Amino acid sequence: MDWMTDYYSVAPLLSKVHETLRTAMGEKATLALEGVALVIGLILVYAVLAIVLIYMERRVCAAFQCRIGPNRVGGKGGLLQVPADVVKILTKEIIRLNRADHLLYELAPFFVIAGSFISFACLPWHKGAPLLDYEVGIMLVLAASGLGVLGILMAGWSSNSKYAVIGAMRSGAMMISYELSMGIVVIAVVALSGTMSISGIVESQEHLWNLFRGHILTVIAFFIYLISGNAEANRGPFDLAEAEQELTAGYHTEYSGMHFGFFYLAEYLNLFITAGISTTLFLGGWMPLHIPGLESLNMVLDAIPGVIWFVGKTFAVVFLLMWIRWSFPRLRIDQVQTLEWKYLMPLSLVLMMATVVCKVYGWVF
Amino acid sequence: MTDFIILSVVLLAAIVLVGAALAVAHIVAPRSYNKQKGEPYECGMPSRGGAWMQFKVGYYLYAILFLMFDIETVFLFPWAVHVGKMGAAYGMLSIGLFMAVLVLGLAYAWRKGALEWK
Repeated sequence: MDWMTDYYSVAPLLSKVHETLRTAMGEKATLALEGVALVIGLILVYAVLAIVLIYMERRVCAAFQCRIGPNRVGGKGGLLQVPADVVKILTKEIIRLNRADHLLYELAPFFVIAGSFISFACLPWHKGAPLLDYEVGIMLVLAASGLGVLGILMAGWSSNSKYAVIGAMRSGAMMISYELSMGIVVIAVVALSGTMSISGIVESQEHLWNLFRGHILTVIAFFIYLISGNAEANRGPFDLAEAEQELTAGYHTEYSGMHFGFFYLAEYLNLFITAGISTTLFLGGWMPLHIPGLESLNMVLDAIPGVIWFVGKTFAVVFLLMWIRWSFPRLRIDQVQTLEWKYLMPLSLVLMMATVVCKVYGWVF
Repeated sequence: MTDFIILSVVLLAAIVLVGAALAVAHIVAPRSYNKQKGEPYECGMPSRGGAWMQFKVGYYLYAILFLMFDIETVFLFPWAVHVGKMGAAYGMLSIGLFMAVLVLGLAYAWRKGALEWK
């Protein structure tokens, strides 16, 4: 369709740069240069997003708690508070523990960051933009979240501290449990879209977002995904793994300085990834909102670039997740497991089967 | 092939980020050795015993249950991709049997009290 023409695609520009470099420097040097550019670009986007998210969380939580929040460093809005914190955390001492398992202790941040980087590279920012676009893309995202669990368990166990071990065990048990309902809900979406690739899922929502396609079913699925995603990201009300009143800081109690910074970074990026993947699955990724029957409005909405749609929708979901976090009290471990195994899991199984029946008999929109 | 190059570049980016930040921290951050500083943190009291000990079995029970259902999820994915083209009766019947066995497993674990936190 002609309104699907992408006026904002950077692909022609990129291929032009690629061609120019290749004629100037040869194949191998071009590849190496592009690799370096990719690494630097990824790290920059990752770090800037983390700073934005931490700032947003502080302001949002202050607003929910009727207080001001950061307002001294960098003018009235406290804009430079987070960069100042980054400098502070970089200059803090990294303590060497006496009795830790040092190999696992040092490796844990690598695992946690690597897991979030892989999922991060799968996000569909724009048409043709997911960096990693496999046929089994959504499964890669689920697998990468498993890498994060591994990192957390390693961090907790290797610290040889009681708080850290309890925190890691709680976190591990919770994260693997909620991965189930998350996976089953994802299966419902995969059945609806008929593909596992991230860009395929987005493109199947060309006319209508998945959220509106399966009657009430997909709306419930969306909320199940948000709840499990919240648990996956270890955020309140599921933050019992780092319940500061009882466990100090949970699995990263023994990490100091920049070591701790990585877990903090990964936590906020996981929040963004959860929001981004739920945007991809249910809210159409970079697809503009289309209301069937209102063609002129649809054309106006098409004029907004896909990347703005994606970032806008993702930040809306991030705000929703922050709202949940600052509104509900923390759950106990038995409540967490009961909620998952006795309510969310059976519910998502029934939901998945119902969605598939609707899909097979053509009762979806 | 190029897909795997990109995946390895993404992993490299993660390693570079952690490695570079740690290197900067090692250069700029102060360091001093103190025997007390390396002890596990326990509210200021000298800690007693290590943390590597027997742990509550409830956590492992959930891990075993998780394994069962996670493998199930993996089996369901390819079916979900093709169910639209498979023909309604065949697609639903084939997975109905599979799901019945699984739900039976969940019901058994539920009846046995494996989902109870004790």
